[in-house]
Amino acid sequence: MKIYIELFLTFAKIGAFTFGGGYAMLPMLQKEVVDKKHWATDEEIMDYYAVGQCTPGVIFVNTATFIGYYQKGIIGGIIATLGVVFPSIVIISLIASILQNFADIEIVQHALHGIRIAVCILVLNATLKLFKTGVKDLTGIIIFILSLVLTYTSIVPTIVIVILSAITGILFSYIKMKKGGSK
Amino acid sequence: MSLQLIFQLIIAFFKTGLFALGGGLATIPFLYEMIKDYGWFTKDMLMNMIAVSESTPGPMGVNMATYVGFHTTNSVIGGIVTTLSLVAPSIIIICIVAHFLQKFKNSHWVQDAFYGLRPAVCAMIASAGLGILVVAVFNNGEISWDINFLNIILLIVMYLFCRKFNKLHPIFIVCICACLGIVFQL
Repeated sequence: MKIYIELFLTFAKIGAFTFGGGYAMLPMLQKEVVDKKHWATDEEIMDYYAVGQCTPGVIFVNTATFIGYYQKGIIGGIIATLGVVFPSIVIISLIASILQNFADIEIVQHALHGIRIAVCILVLNATLKLFKTGVKDLTGIIIFILSLVLTYTSIVPTIVIVILSAITGILFSYIKMKKGGSK
Repeated sequence: MSLQLIFQLIIAFFKTGLFALGGGLATIPFLYEMIKDYGWFTKDMLMNMIAVSESTPGPMGVNMATYVGFHTTNSVIGGIVTTLSLVAPSIIIICIVAHFLQKFKNSHWVQDAFYGLRPAVCAMIASAGLGILVVAVFNNGEISWDINFLNIILLIVMYLFCRKFNKLHPIFIVCICACLGIVFQL
């Protein structure tokens, strides 16, 4: 029972402080899920994120379901997801009923502009950490640079990058193995 | 709040959760469709919903779903129903994927695929970070000479601050920066 409560509370906490889309949840996941609870490693988080990108739905929800599922099966996945959406339901219901012009309030605007700075720093730190764990050799660096250019310029949809990089990973490992085998 | 409306909301958001690929922004076309098919809200209201969903914590897609559910039924129950309908496909699909991933986790195909995927994921996150950095550094939101120096200084100071105390919780950093934003009228 305790693990269910922990799953719910951890994801509710992350949901309540994640501003600006799926990638902004990563620093929180690293802190809470990897460092504190040890429910997943940095590498596993990246894997879930990759799968979350090419499956439908909200990426944060997909990642939460993954982590919950591996802790406590389907119920764990459901509980983690309920944790993610709980703060949204509370906050949005409040705003929709009393503060319809919430986004136009001056102090909210200032706070959000400040939070943008926090998100920059958090995402930068998350990227550095993930780079250290995920990019291991020259192939990795090449995939990283190509994906960065393609994603930033949005020439191709994300799902294409996900599929291409997975294929590249398989191909390069195959080539490496062949080389290793022939020696 | 009629049963028929609840039923329609469930269908509409389940469909959105099932077919919206790639995060919160991908739900917007589905919301436009709801305007056309059901007339639950107007385009102006949708703009306001997007603004609120972007300015509140939590995934944008989830925020939008709660907002529409609350707005159309004028009750929290509507918001809960739409949100759960939106995430239901995710839960089903991910549990299936997670099950098979665990089974084939040690297969070298899966291992090799992830070996290629990890740098790509890292790049996607770097790209998203770069996107916000540009918005924070340049006043008009794109690379130009119109540089926001106050933001750059705050960025550097906060970055060094976080380096010095590298055990700071992300939530704490978000709160400090929100206060800085209010104090400096960013």
